[in-house]
Amino acid sequence: MTRSPQIQGMMLCIRGTTLVLAAALLQLSCGSSQNEPTVIRFWGLGNEGEMVRPLIPEFERANPGIRVIVQQLPWTAAHEKLLTAFAGESTPDVSQLGNTWLAEFSVLNALEPLDRFVRQSRIVQLDDYFDGVLKMNRIDSSLFGIPWYVDTRVIYYRRDLLQKAGYTEPPATWQEMLRLCEIMQRKAREEGRKQYPFFLPTNEWIPAIVLGAQSGGDFLRDDNTRGNFSGPKFRKAFSLLASFYEKEYSPSGQQLITNMYNSFSDGLITMYISGPWNIGEFGRRIAPKLQNEWMTAPVPSMDTAYPGASLPLGTSLVVFRQSRHKEAAWKLIEFLASREQSIALYRITGNLPPRKSAWEDSSLAHNPYVRAFYRQMQRLEPLPQVPEWEQIVIKLQLYVEYIATGTLTVEEALGRFDREVDQMLAKRRWLVERRKQP
Amino acid sequence: MFLAPALTALALFFALPVAFALALSFTDFDIYALGNWHFIQFVGLANYARILETPLFWTALRNTFYFVLAGGPLSVGVSLGTALMINSRLARFKPLFRTVYFLPVVTSLVAVAIVWRYLFHPAHGLLNYVLSWVGISPIDWLGNPDVAMPAIILLAVWKNFGYNMLIFIAGLQNIPDELYEASEIDGAGAWRQFTSITIPMLAPTTIFVVMITIIGYFQLFAEPYVMTQGGPLNSTMSIVLLMYEQGFRWWSMGYAAAIAFVLFAIILVFTLLQSAIQRRIQG
Repeated sequence: MTRSPQIQGMMLCIRGTTLVLAAALLQLSCGSSQNEPTVIRFWGLGNEGEMVRPLIPEFERANPGIRVIVQQLPWTAAHEKLLTAFAGESTPDVSQLGNTWLAEFSVLNALEPLDRFVRQSRIVQLDDYFDGVLKMNRIDSSLFGIPWYVDTRVIYYRRDLLQKAGYTEPPATWQEMLRLCEIMQRKAREEGRKQYPFFLPTNEWIPAIVLGAQSGGDFLRDDNTRGNFSGPKFRKAFSLLASFYEKEYSPSGQQLITNMYNSFSDGLITMYISGPWNIGEFGRRIAPKLQNEWMTAPVPSMDTAYPGASLPLGTSLVVFRQSRHKEAAWKLIEFLASREQSIALYRITGNLPPRKSAWEDSSLAHNPYVRAFYRQMQRLEPLPQVPEWEQIVIKLQLYVEYIATGTLTVEEALGRFDREVDQMLAKRRWLVERRKQP
Repeated sequence: MFLAPALTALALFFALPVAFALALSFTDFDIYALGNWHFIQFVGLANYARILETPLFWTALRNTFYFVLAGGPLSVGVSLGTALMINSRLARFKPLFRTVYFLPVVTSLVAVAIVWRYLFHPAHGLLNYVLSWVGISPIDWLGNPDVAMPAIILLAVWKNFGYNMLIFIAGLQNIPDELYEASEIDGAGAWRQFTSITIPMLAPTTIFVVMITIIGYFQLFAEPYVMTQGGPLNSTMSIVLLMYEQGFRWWSMGYAAAIAFVLFAIILVFTLLQSAIQRRIQG
């Protein structure tokens, strides 16, 4: 979720501020008129905050009484902004929210449960959504968000280089994946080339959590009040991750691969785990002569079923509890979440629809690069829904770095990580215990 | 009575928030408490105890001291050096150089950071290119935990030596020319003049500059925030950055407030130490 660069973000932020001012002026100027339209404020994050704009006029045409003000937040600052907005009682009516943040905002009691709206809606049909993605939006049996697009992770790979090693596509299991990496590394060394077959960046938590989810999840224990990362399941996953760094199948420093697209074109790296937005980026940034040589594939598996599980990441649309125009806010969500608009969003941004019916559209059905994502979405593992989750995985990155550089062993790293997680969850433990008391 | 408006403003916008922050630092105000006021607990000194047993705090403290003790003197030295050069009778285009050296101070750090990220780039950066002339193999400036802090120091010194330089120039211009003329007649060379006239006469200015620099450098935040976000391996995590992350990223406000007061105590100790030294020099 850190794809928009910091600087660009700050500039967008400035633009956002001007918009707020404009909005404030607008409200001032039409404050006195009689049949003023309902103005709802929509906060879009990163690229989508910009790309959603062309969709809005159609909504306003269909709902003459409603006007939408779109405000864009950069991903890097969005979380802080939303929290401060809540503290300052200036949350928008509708917002896009990373679905791993929902737990946090529902603890704040900042979000409006959407079940009553969904029951009456003919547009938002819950059984049309991919199961894993929908689960992320339900907290303690209340639905707090409507999935807007999904952001699961698959493997991007160089077809030609895999073929040289005797594979037509990435293997179905991690065991086989290690073998493939070994073959590629040996070949590269024989030819005197430097090559890291599988790029697993040390500043990302995604690979570690994907592997953890595949080994059986259980990231937290005791009613999600303690870390369980040093338990046997996650330890197995983390050891597998460590072996990629140990055997130098992946570079263990961050800065060696300064431009992933160039390194991919050069053949320095041949496989990489990433999300749907990179389909567009690969199309633009991979060397033109290699455009037919890259492809996507679901992630390998730790068991016999293929594909292996990946993560149901993505963003959802939410209504804030403080909104004074909840009906109008829901109308906007309903509009954006409709099958047609999710296809429109895909055409503009490449964001993948969370609705199964949208995938029957020719623009998706005929795109070979999104096929892997469709297959991947059949197997997604939900993540723990605790407000501290974001903090936990950010901290995990540090421990990935520790094992990649060999600073700590897997055992030491996970022991220390669990202690830190326990500390982060201390308040949660207190609250859960308090609830148990009569 | 005439002071009343100013004092009110001060109380309202300074004393009150500080008192509130101090109170906050004895609670576990966090994301749960933000959602529901009943979930706030008075925890006494627990936040402070937790700070002391958090390894990351000690890392941040070490990094901050590293930055202050290495970057501070370097910054003061560079400003003094450039001030002497600009103030030299031999120097030409003085206003031009003064402006050029002062430019980084008034430039936005965010814009500067982009340029420096290019300069620090391990493969295509200008810095490594220049170093390659003398046979030094490429350094991964922002990616290697051992050199990331020196890289930040380099940027910080470059960014703000111009400010201190101006103060030094002002100080230098306050030294009467007669002193130099008299010493010349007595046969003092340039070095003797520097140690016997310039340095003693510049002492008050130097003390001021050192104090301001140290206070400013303890609050290291923007440079690592835009360049490295505290990485790699927390090697550029500073106390203020840690406080920001705890407070505004994770909303552990009580804990973050406690960090702020620990930093306040550290800066206070250093400032008192310096005033003591100052009194001894001048007294």
